[in-house]
Amino acid sequence: MIQMKMITNRFGKINPLSIDSYINLDGYKGLKKALSIHPTKIIDEIEKSKIRGRGGAGFPTHIKVRALSKQLGGKFIVCNADEGEPGNFKDRSILENDPHAVVEGMIILAYATGASKGYIYIRGEYQNAIKIMKATIKAAEEKKLLGDKILNKSFSFKIEIRSGAGSYVCGEEFSLIESIEGKPGRSRTKPPFPTEKGIHDLPTLINNVETFANFPHIILMGGEEFAKIGTPSSTGTKLISLSGNVKNKGLYEVPFGTSIRDVIFKLGKGVKNNRKIKMVQLGGASGPLIPEYMLDMSIDFDRFENFDSKTGTGAIIVIDDRFDLFDVLLINMKFFVHQSCGKCAPCREGHVQIVNLLNKFINHRATEKDLMSIENLANVIQQTSLCGLGQTSMTSIISSLRYFRDDYLSKVRY
Amino acid sequence: MILLKEVLSKYPKEQEYLIEILLEYQTSKKNHYISAEDVASIAKYLDIPESQVCSVISFYTMLSMKPKGKFVIQVCHDVPCFVNDSTSIYDKLAELLGIQDGETTKDGLFTLEITECIGRCNESPVMRVNDSVYVSLTPAKVEKIIQKLRGDAK
Amino acid sequence: MVHFKINNIDVTCDDNTTILEAARKNHIDIPTLCNYPDLEIKSECRVCVVEINGQKRLFTSCSTAAKEGMIIQTNSPRVLNARKTIIELILANHDANCAVCPKNLNCELQALANKLGIDENRFPTVLEVKPIDNHNPVLIRNINRCIKCGRCIDVCNNVQAMGVLDVMGRSNTIEITPAFGKYLSDEFCVFCGQCASVCPVGAIIERDDTDQVWEAINNPNFHVIVQVAPAVRVSLGEELGMEPGSIVTEKVIAALKYLGFDAVYDTDFAADLTIMEEGTELIGRIMNGGTLPMMTSCCPGWISYAEQKYPEILDHISTCKSPQQMFGTLAKSYYAEKTSLDAKNIFVVSIMPCTAKKYEAQRIEMSIDNVNPDVDVVLTTRELGKMIRQMGINFENIKEMPFDLPFGITTGAAAIFGATGGVMEAALRSVYEIVNEKELTDLNFKSVRGLEGLKEAEVELGGQLVKVAVAHTLGNAKIMCEQVKAGTSPYTFIEIMCCPGGCIGGGGQPYGTTKEVRQKRMDAIYQVDESMTIRKSHKNPDILALYKDYLEKPNSQKAHHLLHTHYHSRNK
Repeated sequence: MIQMKMITNRFGKINPLSIDSYINLDGYKGLKKALSIHPTKIIDEIEKSKIRGRGGAGFPTHIKVRALSKQLGGKFIVCNADEGEPGNFKDRSILENDPHAVVEGMIILAYATGASKGYIYIRGEYQNAIKIMKATIKAAEEKKLLGDKILNKSFSFKIEIRSGAGSYVCGEEFSLIESIEGKPGRSRTKPPFPTEKGIHDLPTLINNVETFANFPHIILMGGEEFAKIGTPSSTGTKLISLSGNVKNKGLYEVPFGTSIRDVIFKLGKGVKNNRKIKMVQLGGASGPLIPEYMLDMSIDFDRFENFDSKTGTGAIIVIDDRFDLFDVLLINMKFFVHQSCGKCAPCREGHVQIVNLLNKFINHRATEKDLMSIENLANVIQQTSLCGLGQTSMTSIISSLRYFRDDYLSKVRY
Repeated sequence: MILLKEVLSKYPKEQEYLIEILLEYQTSKKNHYISAEDVASIAKYLDIPESQVCSVISFYTMLSMKPKGKFVIQVCHDVPCFVNDSTSIYDKLAELLGIQDGETTKDGLFTLEITECIGRCNESPVMRVNDSVYVSLTPAKVEKIIQKLRGDAK
Repeated sequence: MVHFKINNIDVTCDDNTTILEAARKNHIDIPTLCNYPDLEIKSECRVCVVEINGQKRLFTSCSTAAKEGMIIQTNSPRVLNARKTIIELILANHDANCAVCPKNLNCELQALANKLGIDENRFPTVLEVKPIDNHNPVLIRNINRCIKCGRCIDVCNNVQAMGVLDVMGRSNTIEITPAFGKYLSDEFCVFCGQCASVCPVGAIIERDDTDQVWEAINNPNFHVIVQVAPAVRVSLGEELGMEPGSIVTEKVIAALKYLGFDAVYDTDFAADLTIMEEGTELIGRIMNGGTLPMMTSCCPGWISYAEQKYPEILDHISTCKSPQQMFGTLAKSYYAEKTSLDAKNIFVVSIMPCTAKKYEAQRIEMSIDNVNPDVDVVLTTRELGKMIRQMGINFENIKEMPFDLPFGITTGAAAIFGATGGVMEAALRSVYEIVNEKELTDLNFKSVRGLEGLKEAEVELGGQLVKVAVAHTLGNAKIMCEQVKAGTSPYTFIEIMCCPGGCIGGGGQPYGTTKEVRQKRMDAIYQVDESMTIRKSHKNPDILALYKDYLEKPNSQKAHHLLHTHYHSRNK
C-alpha cells in the first residue's frame, strides 16, 4: 500500500462533531504530552522533525516557530484555511473530517511560543467547514482545552474563527493579515515579516491547516521518528488532492518521495477511458505543467524548487489528450487576472497582457515576437511582483515554454 | 431578513469585524447585496470612512453592492472542473435560465456566475447555489435542481 | 554600520538603511515612481528593483534594507529590461496623450519613459476610457491617467484623516475614487489639493482658470487687479526653476505687470486688516464671555471641514473673512469708490498657494452685490507659473517693481500668514500690545513656529495667562475639534491650517513639496518678516487710515457688513 494514513487516519472513523470520538482515538494526547514538556523542547522537536510548511511555500516551520517564541508581548497564531489554489481540497477535508486535529496543533504551538490568541481563517466558500470549526471550538472550550487555564495549567489560549469573502490572494500571509484586520486583502511590503509585525503590527505566525494537523504526531512520536518518514529534504507525509481526468479522483496521503506516476496510476487507477496524459499540473494554477515522461519525479519540495515554484500543496491535476495546452493556460491566466489584488504594477497590468498574448496563440495570430514577448513578460512578472501570487502565477507559462514549446511554435504564424 | 442594527450590535466597534458584519448581513438579505444606506450605517458604527467600507466590499467576490437574484448560482470553471466537462453544465444553465455570466433573470430568481475553484475537485463538475454545493453534476441533474429551486421559490 | 557593493562601488551606511537611501547618499541613481519623500513606502510600482547576488528574484530598493556583504547591480540588463517592461505595462493602461496633458514635461511617468529609452510600447493599450470628474470648481479627476500609485489615498487618509478616496475593486480594473464612485463635490472633499500636490501624473489637477484671466486682461472694459498671497512670494521662484525658498516678491510684481494686470496689490494688506478685525473679535469674546476658544477662519479647507464634519462648533470660528476675500470686498467697495470705477468692471484675480481658495471665491456669501463674486478668479502658484512661461518672461532676470498703492504698505505680521503659526503670531503681536497697553519686547513667538503638527504657547493677557494652540493638517485639526466639541479644550485661541506647513505647503504650490522644501519656504517667510520695517498689523498706517477714512473702527457695523461672514452646516 503506497498510502500512509497518518493525518487522514481518523477520516470516516470518527464523528467530526464529537469531541469524545476524537479523544477516544488518541485525540488531544499530543497536547497533554506537550503541556508536560518545556516550550523550548517542543520547538526542538519541531526542528528535529524538519517539517516544512504544507501550504505551498515549503518553508522550514521551526524557523518561524522559533522566531515567534523569541518575541515579547502579545502574539498571534493563525491557521490559514483559505485553500483557494485550484485543484486543492485537502484542507477542507481535514476541517470537515478531523477538525480537532487542527485545534490541537494550534494549542500546542500557542503553548510552545507563548501566544494567547489564535485565528482560523477559512475561505468564505467553505460554509460547512466554518460551521464545523465553530462547533469544534465550542466543544474544546467546554472541555477546558481552550480558554483560560487550559487543563489547569497557567496557559491561556483563545481561538476565533474568521471567514474569507472570496479572494484567493488572501491565502498569502500579509493579504490574510489585512483581511483579518477587516481590510481588502492587499499584501504588504516585506520586510518586516509576520513574525515581527503581523496582525495589528504584533508578531504573528501563520501555518497551513495540514501543517497544524502534523504537530500532535510530531509530539507523540518525537521529531526524530517523524523525520524518518519521507525524504531527507521533505519529511513526513503529504496529502495529495488528485483530480482531473483520473478514474479515482480523491484525497490520498503518501510519504514524501512517492512518485507522481504511482499516485496517478496506483491510487488514481489511471486515466478515464484509458486516454493518454497530455500534461499534469502540479500544485494548482500556480504550479508547473509537466509532460507524461516526467511523471516518475518524486513528490518532494526540492524537486518543485527546480521549477522556481513554491507550490508544494500536493495537488495533482491530470489532463488528458483531448485538451489543448492553451485552454489550460488561458483558464489559469484568467484566474490570476481576476484574483490579482491590483496593488503592484507588474501583476496588475501584466496578467491581462499575458491573456491577450495567449489569445493571439489560440487564434493563430501570434508571431515570433509574441513568443519572445510572452517569455519576457512571464519572467518579469515572476521576478518583480510584490507577493507570492505574481511570483508563482507564471510557473505554468514558464514550464510550458520549456516542456511544450512545440505547442507554441505550431501556433506561430510568422 | 435581519435588521442591520441587530447584526451590528453583535460586534465590537472595530474595523477588524467589518467583513464578518458584511457577510452576516448580506446573507440575511433576499437579494444578497449591501446598499448605500447600509454602507453609511456600517461606516458610522465602526467610525471609518464610507470609502473604506466600499473598498472592502468591492474587493471581495462574495460581497456585492448590486442586487442579485434569490438564488446565486456559481459554476466552477477552473481546470479540474473544465477537464470534467463543466462547460456543458454552464451551457445547460445558460439555456435553462436564458442568461449569461453575471446576469440575473428578469423574475429576480436566479443570478448566474462563473466562479473559480471552490475546493470540490474530487467531485467535479460542481456548482454552488447560495451556501449549498452540488457535486458530480450532469446536465440532467442540473435541470432537476433548477426545477426544484423554482418549485421552492413559489 | 553596513558595508556592501552597489555596481562594484564600495558603499557604507548605517544599520536599517534601505538600498535606495544608501544609493542616493552615494550619488547612485535608482529610478522610482510610487515613492515620495515623507509618505509611506509602498513598493508598488516595482520600478526601483535591483539585482542582489544570490537571489533569484529582483528586489525593490525602496523597501529592502542593505545587508553586510550584499552585492547589488542597479542597471544590469535584467534590471533594465524589468523596469522598461513595467513602465510599458503602466503606459498600456494610461491615457498617454502627453502633448495635451497639463502635466506635460512635469510628469514623473513621462520622465521615466524618456529616461529608460522607451520609444515603442510592446503592449497594446487596454485602457477603457471612463468619464472625468470635473463637477466642482477646483479639482479635476481624470481616472484615465491614474497609475494607481496610491499617494493621493495616503495623503488624504493619513495626513488629512479625511478618507475621501480609496481603491475600489480588484485586479487591473481597480479605480481610485470616492465611495460609490461619487464626484468629489458629493463627498466630504475640502479641496485642499494635497492629492494634486503629490500626484505623479495628471490624474488630479487643479482646474485651469488662466483662460478667464487672459480674457479679462484683454477686455478693454475691465480694470483687472491682482492680489498676491504671502506664500507666493517665497514659492513662485521655485516654480520657475529657482531654489526653494527664494524670495522673489518684486519679481512677481514685475511679471504680473508684464502680463497686463492694471494694478498689482498685496494680500498682506488684507492680512493686516484681518488681524485688526479678528484681534478685536477675540478681545471682545474674552472680555464679554463670548464663545471660546475662538478658532481662525482664513483657511477655506478648514472652513469646509468644520462645516461638514463639526457643524456643532461653528460658533467658535471667527466670523472674519479670509484676507483674500477681505481684499475682494474692499476692491469692489472702497477701491471702486476711490477710483470712481464701476465695481462691475473691476475684475479681481488672486494668486494663491491654495486650491481651496477657488472654492472659497465662489461661495455665495462672498459677493457684496450678490451678482458678481468679490474675487473673480483664483490662480494657483502653478497656474501663474504657466502664464509666465506662456509669455516667455525671463523671470529670474526681470527688472523688479514695487506693489501699487493704496494696498501696498504691509507688515511682517502679514507676511508670516503664509506659515503655520503665522496667523497666531501676528494676532498675538497686536492683541498683546492692545490688551496689555505695553510694547512687546520680543516680537518672535517661536513656540508657535515650525513643522510640528500641534504647537501651543502661553501669553499673558490683561494679567491672565492664556493658552493658545496651532494645528496644521486636518489630522491635527480633528484633535482640536474633538476637544472643542467635548468642551475640554484648554485653549482660548486656536489657529488651524489645513495644509502641512500652512499655506506654504498648499495644494497649489510647485510640485515636489517635501518636508525639506516646506522648511525652506518657511524660513524665507520669516526672513521677509524680519526685513520689514513694520512688523505689527496695528501699526500699519495705511490700515489705520482705512479705518479712519472708511470703516470707522474694527468690528463696526460697516466692517461687519463688508469684512465678516457666516458659516452653515453642510452635513450630508
